[in-house]
Amino acid sequence: MITVAKTGIDRTVAPKIIDAVDLNLQLKPYRKYILKNGVEVFAIDAGAEDVMMVEWVHYAGNLYEEKNFVASATNFMLKNGTSTKTAFQINEHFEYFGAYLNRTAYNETSAITLHTLTKHVGELLPVVREMLTESIFPEEELNTFKKIMQQRLSVNLLKCDFVAQRLIDAYLYGEQHPYGRLSRFEDYESLTREQLAEFYKQYYLQGKFLIFVAGKLPENLEELLNKNFGDLSNKRPEGKNFLVRPAPEMKQRITNDPNGVQGAIRIARHFPNRHHPDFLKVQVLNSLFGGFFGSRLMANIREDKGYTYGIHSYIQNHIQQTAWMVSTEAGRDVCEPAIKEVYHEMKALREELVDEEELLLVRNYMMGSILGDLDGPFQVIARWKNIILNELDESYFYNSINTIKTITAEELKQLAEKYLQPEQFYELVVV
Amino acid sequence: MIQFEKFVLQNGLRVIVHQDTSTPLAVVNVMYDVGARDEDPDKTGFAHLFEHLMFGGSLHVESYDEPLQMAGGDNNAYTTQDLTTYHVQLPSENIETAFWLESDRMLSLAFSEKSLDVQRKVVCEEFKEHYINKPYGDAWHKIRELAYEVHPYRWMTIGKESSHIENAKLGDVKDFFFRFYRPINAVLVVAGNVTLEQVKTLAEKWFGDIPPGEKYQRNLPQEPAQKKAKKMELKADVPLDALYKCWHIASRFDNKYYITDLITDILSGGGSTRLYQSLVKEKKLFSNIECYHFGNFDNGLLSIEGKLVKGVKMTEAERAVNDELEKIKNELISETELTKVKNKTESTIAFEDMAVMSRAISLAFYELLGDAELMNRELDKYNAVTASDILDEARNIFREENSSTLYYYSNNN
Repeated sequence: MITVAKTGIDRTVAPKIIDAVDLNLQLKPYRKYILKNGVEVFAIDAGAEDVMMVEWVHYAGNLYEEKNFVASATNFMLKNGTSTKTAFQINEHFEYFGAYLNRTAYNETSAITLHTLTKHVGELLPVVREMLTESIFPEEELNTFKKIMQQRLSVNLLKCDFVAQRLIDAYLYGEQHPYGRLSRFEDYESLTREQLAEFYKQYYLQGKFLIFVAGKLPENLEELLNKNFGDLSNKRPEGKNFLVRPAPEMKQRITNDPNGVQGAIRIARHFPNRHHPDFLKVQVLNSLFGGFFGSRLMANIREDKGYTYGIHSYIQNHIQQTAWMVSTEAGRDVCEPAIKEVYHEMKALREELVDEEELLLVRNYMMGSILGDLDGPFQVIARWKNIILNELDESYFYNSINTIKTITAEELKQLAEKYLQPEQFYELVVV
Repeated sequence: MIQFEKFVLQNGLRVIVHQDTSTPLAVVNVMYDVGARDEDPDKTGFAHLFEHLMFGGSLHVESYDEPLQMAGGDNNAYTTQDLTTYHVQLPSENIETAFWLESDRMLSLAFSEKSLDVQRKVVCEEFKEHYINKPYGDAWHKIRELAYEVHPYRWMTIGKESSHIENAKLGDVKDFFFRFYRPINAVLVVAGNVTLEQVKTLAEKWFGDIPPGEKYQRNLPQEPAQKKAKKMELKADVPLDALYKCWHIASRFDNKYYITDLITDILSGGGSTRLYQSLVKEKKLFSNIECYHFGNFDNGLLSIEGKLVKGVKMTEAERAVNDELEKIKNELISETELTKVKNKTESTIAFEDMAVMSRAISLAFYELLGDAELMNRELDKYNAVTASDILDEARNIFREENSSTLYYYSNNN
């Protein structure tokens, strides 16, 4: 071994560290404004760069649609034409100011997200207002959208990971459930502009929204938001409940591409939502199992066996009920051995107490990871958004920290016995 | 303006310190002046495989990841054709852990057979996941081989073929390490909640006694000017025909880089850009189309790639692309359009600079380009570009004899 005379350091000894569990993590509180119409605005004013984001979240997700894709098509086409502007003009307006306007449809909500240099925000908000009040869903734009989505689907259907993900969701929740719906060519084909216009009327013009803002905020922000959005509808649509109808067959093997060299593996079980008392504790168990690079699954299946480029486990980000999922792509001929190892790791967690050193590592990793995730105003608002949309409060954040710090090896073993039972898992390989 | 301090250790390691007291984090970034272009043509994919091996233990530290995770840190790395970079983020109180880990693996890896054996397999799975088992996954392998005659950019960072990775020997690994992974060929950036004095002490303590190594003298075969258009056809089990065209462009060091970068923003990247508006929305020939470049250190490629709408003929699609290129070659762009792409650049830079990690990687990148201070002059260089610069450079790039075209046909048509 090389020993170092000059500085006399012993490289075999790790420098002293402060355990990340001892960090005092704080979630920066938001400022809340209420617009004239009662719309809530959640704001994080921070950051060194003169940039900001605004997100409008409508209760207009897939949950509310009567027909597949109406919610996402409506959300997408908000940018494709208003009574005074073509799609090109809308795009040109945002792009001229170097701004990015994205939209995304989720299950419960749909979002419009603006990222801009703070100095330009005043020029941009009136056009967002126009999209929210004057969208017209031109027929020609819709036809282009339908064609593009169908073509994209035809490419995605050749990817084993895409096929596996949509099938496992369908097995878990049933195809009638918003969380399990499959996209099909005919669903796109049969979309009409009347369906979009009706959805728009019901869930945007007469719907409800929240606003999240973060970054270096202008002083007159509240005034700007009131002026542009303070007179819009703020009436929450009635919630809908869907029954979960899981597939009867729990183990599936599918050949999508006879020449495929890899298989996409999904192993998943139902899991309760964030309000369940086990939820935060299972986040720690999940980290240990497959939630980070140093997890059991990664260490065994990638770093020891080399079966895959990566393997992960996670709890899906759903609001009503959710699933605990293991996901990987592995060499075609090692898919079955990889699955065997996943169950082997479940068994180890059920039968053996995790040792204190490994548990401390997981605690430190999770704390460090939260610290990193909270760095910057966009990250902070994202965490708040998640808390607010799940109808939780800041105690969720502090309970989560507390759980990471205090959960015991015995509790983890009990949770593994309760949840990591192979017969409760759906299992799918798509080659 | 990104503020920073710079000093050089006796062994030649360049150290850059960027203080930001608003964050509880510290970031340590080590960038090595080696990429896939420095590989032996018979041993391609090595720089990237090597990146994986850097996590397989070093001389005095059995595991890289565990102590870092114990310190609440996280890390990642990537390899390009031009460089390899490793970055760590951790609570600033624990910054010394990053110095310990990074310096030990710069001193020497453990060179374990087991690690090489496993990472060969992992990288082969990565190869399959991204380049074999994905529709169109092989397109860029083909284009590079078509467009380049001699320059090592003719192979992908992942490697020309997976057999090169499967055949990697421990001896090759050692040679590669001691040739490239030396202080003299590296840049260390420390950013976040740190002080200059603290970094000076830690850098001297942990990196100061690593032997400097020999400065790598890069002497790559430069690609001669292309004299004749190249074309290639391919048929595969993909659902849609696709068109890939590319042209040789100037290097990242050349002032033409800024003009070229703006040209790609004029052509694609937003709903009001030319190729999208004309070819997707108005003419409905493509379901998507993109124009981009890689910012390569040596002369690189600008590429336009798109998937054709079902039923559209390849010749018709290509002609429409060429018509758009004729416009940018023959008509001065308006001041409004030029302002638009410059505003986009200003905004992109501001958003990139939000994260301390991103600032650290940029500082290392510009130092490797010649001087970290270049980072603060970028926007001025973009702003100096004129409409006639765009016209001249578009004429220079989009010449038929400078182009390579891949017609990627679907077996279904």
